[in-house]
Amino acid sequence: MTPAHLPLLQQVLLVLAAMTLLTSFVLLQQARLVAAIHAFAWQGVLVAAMTLIVAVSENHPHLYFSAVLTFSMKALLIPWMLHRLVRRLELDRHIEQLARPSLVIMAAVALVIFSYWLVLPIVQHGLEFTRNIVAVSLAVVLIGLLMMVVRRQAVAQVLGFMSMENGLFLAAVSATSGMPLIVELGIAFDVLVAMVLFGVFFFQIRESIDSLDVDNLNRLTESREDT
Amino acid sequence: MTILLVVLQMLLYVLLAPLLVGWIRKVKAVLQNRRGASLLQPYRDLYKLFGKEARMAHTASPLFRAAPYIVFTATWLAAAAVPLFVTQLATAGIADIIAIAGLLALARFFLALAGMDVGTAFGGMGASREMLVSALAEPAMLLAIFALVMTVHSTNLATLVDYQLTASVLRPSYLFALSALVLVAIAETGRIPVDNPSTHLELTMIHEAMILEYSGRHLALMEWAAQLKLLLYGALLVNVFFPWGIARQGDPGALASGLFFVMLKLAALGVLLAVSETVLAKMRLFRAPAFLNLALLLGLLGMLSTVVLEVGL
Repeated sequence: MTPAHLPLLQQVLLVLAAMTLLTSFVLLQQARLVAAIHAFAWQGVLVAAMTLIVAVSENHPHLYFSAVLTFSMKALLIPWMLHRLVRRLELDRHIEQLARPSLVIMAAVALVIFSYWLVLPIVQHGLEFTRNIVAVSLAVVLIGLLMMVVRRQAVAQVLGFMSMENGLFLAAVSATSGMPLIVELGIAFDVLVAMVLFGVFFFQIRESIDSLDVDNLNRLTESREDT
Repeated sequence: MTILLVVLQMLLYVLLAPLLVGWIRKVKAVLQNRRGASLLQPYRDLYKLFGKEARMAHTASPLFRAAPYIVFTATWLAAAAVPLFVTQLATAGIADIIAIAGLLALARFFLALAGMDVGTAFGGMGASREMLVSALAEPAMLLAIFALVMTVHSTNLATLVDYQLTASVLRPSYLFALSALVLVAIAETGRIPVDNPSTHLELTMIHEAMILEYSGRHLALMEWAAQLKLLLYGALLVNVFFPWGIARQGDPGALASGLFFVMLKLAALGVLLAVSETVLAKMRLFRAPAFLNLALLLGLLGMLSTVVLEVGL
């Protein structure tokens, strides 16, 4: 079967899933922090829209609430907090180039293929139309992880962490039609608290090493490695 | 009858190519608050160049003289394979999208050779830049094409357009392929973020640097070939992704409406191109690989989303 057999709403869902994957790649490679935060906000919008579509087409009323919660948290509140942090840390013009951008992108592509291979057995267990999105959500999680590995900037790493959470949420929505409301609320508050803590940590890190490049934390002394 | 249609389409390509360029220039002029030259100015330029004497450098080899004809013919052949306003032509069987990429590569090869032939500094620089851009653009184009043909199971353009007409489905892979092909088309036709088409003496020029030594009818052929290439990519984009209105058989009413719709779509595409060229600045040459890497990534994502999201539903 092909997408031609799906109703329009579910075709839109597939397109949104593909665009979510694209925002992950954008996040991974975006050198400017403010633009990366915007990409993260768009990812939140896409995830919220997908939740809404699943809620409408599968008739799960509690997913409406999840969609609203995701939209307000991931697309508005957290990006706004990050934006404010970046402005207060005076990082809005900061540019962090990846050491080997194309290699990182290829690694991310490999992760997408890997996650597709990983979910193949799950897909055979007859989920509904959302099953193909499980692979995308796993890829979003893994790319978030990759982002935390390759980016050195603390704010960018937090973005990677948050996009991992997006992926997990997407997996929950697509594989099991969302988590129980109480779990979802708990996770939302966890993420929010994590965000606040990260904010505090940013200032602490900057005060102690005068930069948010966390690679500097690997060194024990002030002396350089080559001396 | 069908052969007649093929000839008609080939002639239309050649005749409409300068018009598209004139239209884009006109829209750009209006956007920049200028009156702009008439829509027919590119025709007048070509006519003027054909009337002028063709001068050759002393160091030029026979290849330099032959290159304009080869470049023009190869581009024209490639264009003839792209359905412009009707899909079921007599040549539909050979309208293979990979053959088109090959013909364009042939044209580009001779263009670069001609650039280096005379031995001027600009020609060599232009040729090396063209090869830098095209070496990156070609894989991106092929990946985008693969993303398209994976759903159709055919690299034939007529089949592809027919399939698009019958099954209008929202496919993520098509969105990715469309954006990748747009980026590739911009790079390959030397439009603004990659190359500036309106410059004639700029250190970072690519296409103009290669044809700097040409004059007279040779220059006319080279410029005409470049205009054809722009029309080819425009027709490819609008007919593969927005095929509505294209004629499928050769009855005159359908042909006329097909021609009308394709001109309408090309005009809209020209406006989009003019707007994007007005709001964007040309980027540094060394940013071009990043630009084309993005196209490559989009093509790759298109293929992946075909496999991950669209197969096995």
